[in-house]
Amino acid sequence: MSQEIATIRVTRYRPEKDSQPFFQEYKVPYRHDMVVLDALNYIKAELDGSLTYRWSCRMGVCGSCGANIDGEPKLTCASFLHEFKDRTITVEPMSHFPVIKDLVVDMEDFMEKLVKIKPWIIRKKDSLVEEGEYRQSSKELDRYQQFSSCINCMLCYAACPIYGLNEKFLGPAATALAYRYIEDSRDQGKDIRFPIVHEIEGVWECTLVGECSVVCPKGVDPMLAIQRTKILGATNAIKSILMPRGGR
Amino acid sequence: MEHHNHDIVIVGGGAAGLRAAIAAVELQPKMDVAVVSKVYPMRSHTVSAEGGMAAVTREYDNFDSHAYDTIKGSDFLADQDSVEFFVKEAPRESYQLEHWGCPFSRDPDGRISSRAFGGMSVKRTLFATDKIGFHLLHTLFQTSLKYENIHRYDEWFVTSLLVDKDRVEGVTAIEMRTGELVTILGKAVIIATGGCGRIFQFTTNGWIKTGDGMALAYRAGVPLKDMEMVQYHPTLLPNTGILITEAARGEGGHLLNKDGERFLKRYVPGKMELGPRDILSRAEMSEINAGRGFDGPYGSYVNLDLTHLGEITIEDKLPFVKELAEKYLGIDPAHEPIPVRPGQHYMMGGVHTDMHGFTGMPGLYAAGEAACVTMNGANRLGSNSLTECLVFGAAAGRAAAQSAMKEISPSFGNPVQGEAMMEEKRIFDQLLKHEQGERISGIRTEMQNEMEKDVGIYRDENSLKEACRIVGALKTRLKNGIVEDKDHVYNTELVSALELDFMLDVAETIPYSAVLRHESRGAHFRTEYTKRDDAHFLKHSMAYKTAGPPRIDYSPVMITRWKPEERVY
Repeated sequence: MSQEIATIRVTRYRPEKDSQPFFQEYKVPYRHDMVVLDALNYIKAELDGSLTYRWSCRMGVCGSCGANIDGEPKLTCASFLHEFKDRTITVEPMSHFPVIKDLVVDMEDFMEKLVKIKPWIIRKKDSLVEEGEYRQSSKELDRYQQFSSCINCMLCYAACPIYGLNEKFLGPAATALAYRYIEDSRDQGKDIRFPIVHEIEGVWECTLVGECSVVCPKGVDPMLAIQRTKILGATNAIKSILMPRGGR
Repeated sequence: MEHHNHDIVIVGGGAAGLRAAIAAVELQPKMDVAVVSKVYPMRSHTVSAEGGMAAVTREYDNFDSHAYDTIKGSDFLADQDSVEFFVKEAPRESYQLEHWGCPFSRDPDGRISSRAFGGMSVKRTLFATDKIGFHLLHTLFQTSLKYENIHRYDEWFVTSLLVDKDRVEGVTAIEMRTGELVTILGKAVIIATGGCGRIFQFTTNGWIKTGDGMALAYRAGVPLKDMEMVQYHPTLLPNTGILITEAARGEGGHLLNKDGERFLKRYVPGKMELGPRDILSRAEMSEINAGRGFDGPYGSYVNLDLTHLGEITIEDKLPFVKELAEKYLGIDPAHEPIPVRPGQHYMMGGVHTDMHGFTGMPGLYAAGEAACVTMNGANRLGSNSLTECLVFGAAAGRAAAQSAMKEISPSFGNPVQGEAMMEEKRIFDQLLKHEQGERISGIRTEMQNEMEKDVGIYRDENSLKEACRIVGALKTRLKNGIVEDKDHVYNTELVSALELDFMLDVAETIPYSAVLRHESRGAHFRTEYTKRDDAHFLKHSMAYKTAGPPRIDYSPVMITRWKPEERVY
């Protein structure tokens, strides 16, 4: 039986050589259980050592290997070749990010946003570790658990049309993580985090297109986090209007 | 050449490295700490740990029991003072992680849930469904962001340690984004780069696990301890090496041969599926060799059967197992067994340290899988390693901070500058400029296949000598390896070549240490010496770098309260 072949069209861009990105096509031996990452690894090992992309765990949890595959943001380690028609697959860097080289994008913007939302437990007073854990019920855990499952793969930013237009927008993953802490019963930093997610380019920019939740490989629903943050924000605003004022 | 200066330079941004960084700045808030990682820290391989982390947190449990289980699991090669320190620190570190926000699974009373794990005599493995590594890593990383004095060098690849008069003064590193070689100086350096599973063909380890820190320390003159002790985990998916967590057995999963028999009754009747990993991996191989395995396109395998656990338990306790089985095999584990076979998972051996992470070389510390404290001896118990990263990461961070407070900053002059310029020459003028030679990927594949074939679960004199010879020859061949990508910006092929160079140094220490250990102990099984031999081998192997092959020396095992006895489960 002759070897079946898959065709992989990959965006190449080497800033030291190329003024513009272009497509390069590679032929790769096809197996039914191959993922797109296997194809890229075959190319790098056997055909072209200069092809550049990120990866590590190849089991969908490290979040390194996102790319646009036939136009959709996906993890290359979790996209099987057999899912694509004609075994011809186009792999491009994720949309909306500056490209460093080939499929490697610059995600410093997200790293800065992550710090901004203060993604750590804020307590008015820490309990001593010697006193044991903070008790938390399974119900309390449920309120934030899915939002803590974000692997920072950036697929949601690649899918988000708002982020595409305005990169100042806090965006899906960072908002989901902010909401994860807001909903954590151990956290007391709501008052500090609220203004951050509600500031001008925070949740109100989102028009609830919902692409973020569709592409998330971990079942996180950032749109829900954004929606709930909006509601919480609205209630808080009303509360502050109704609250008695001190002397001015 | 650009240079940076910090008090402490930490190489690696996984559990051990991040915990060390936080410990250092918590001890001394003015401490200026650099975390240098070849990937963004949340990509570190800690992320793939699944089952849980062990600590005594229950009324029914006690430190002696955790210590004894660990020591027995180690086949009595663990240093017992380190183990005693570890078990006492473990609860504190677990609660600290909880206070920092780790989303642990909870019991009805709101306490952290614990589950059964291999070799542990009671339920003491704390968990967050079956994604503890992911949650632990993100919790530590996000918490580390609140300390202004933790400075990150994300996607910087460390190529060498800078040493002056036997004292470590910093590192050289390639900034991936620009491709420039830079020096990062520090009064102390902590190695926290994890393991080296990518030396082997079939491994659970991610692409980034290339033993960088082990090689850095080894090249600087620090011995690698107990390198022959390689853990093979019993349940990997046969084609990809993806790990199916031990928690699947902790929750009640069965291992079955092709006759549908729970074959472990012949090997570990007292523990069955909750036996230690070394014994279970060998038991699977025995079944396969006796013709009682299944034949598949990726070799023989046995079945991990979870069907009797029911959908609810699988959804609640093992959602990642379900996700992986569905995604990568198209199997619903509630209705079909999962095919598994043993493969490389963890290094018990690593950079020699004491229980404060000190390597013996002034200024140099190590922690986590990269280090060998040693608390794992000849076989690590599942769920001890994440706790180990926290306990010894914190210890190393504190020790490095205390040492750094006493030292003056190294200056960027001779001989450090000279060493850095030699390094620049080695990488950019020699390695990158080669035009003729062979692809590095071919050399890497040969190393992986050889280690798989001859330094695996069963070893003998001939196989180990063959491995010594072949790895030595591959090192010579790599000198003529070529890097096709000549660019400076984000050159992953250049990094791969440097990683392969690290891996070959580390790989060589494994058969050289193993061939001299004429006994079977823990994960090290010699077909011609099938018994443990305490009279001759109750000692640690210490591999030293020389101009030729590694020199193997020995150091004593610290026995405190548990006399070596026969290891029966």
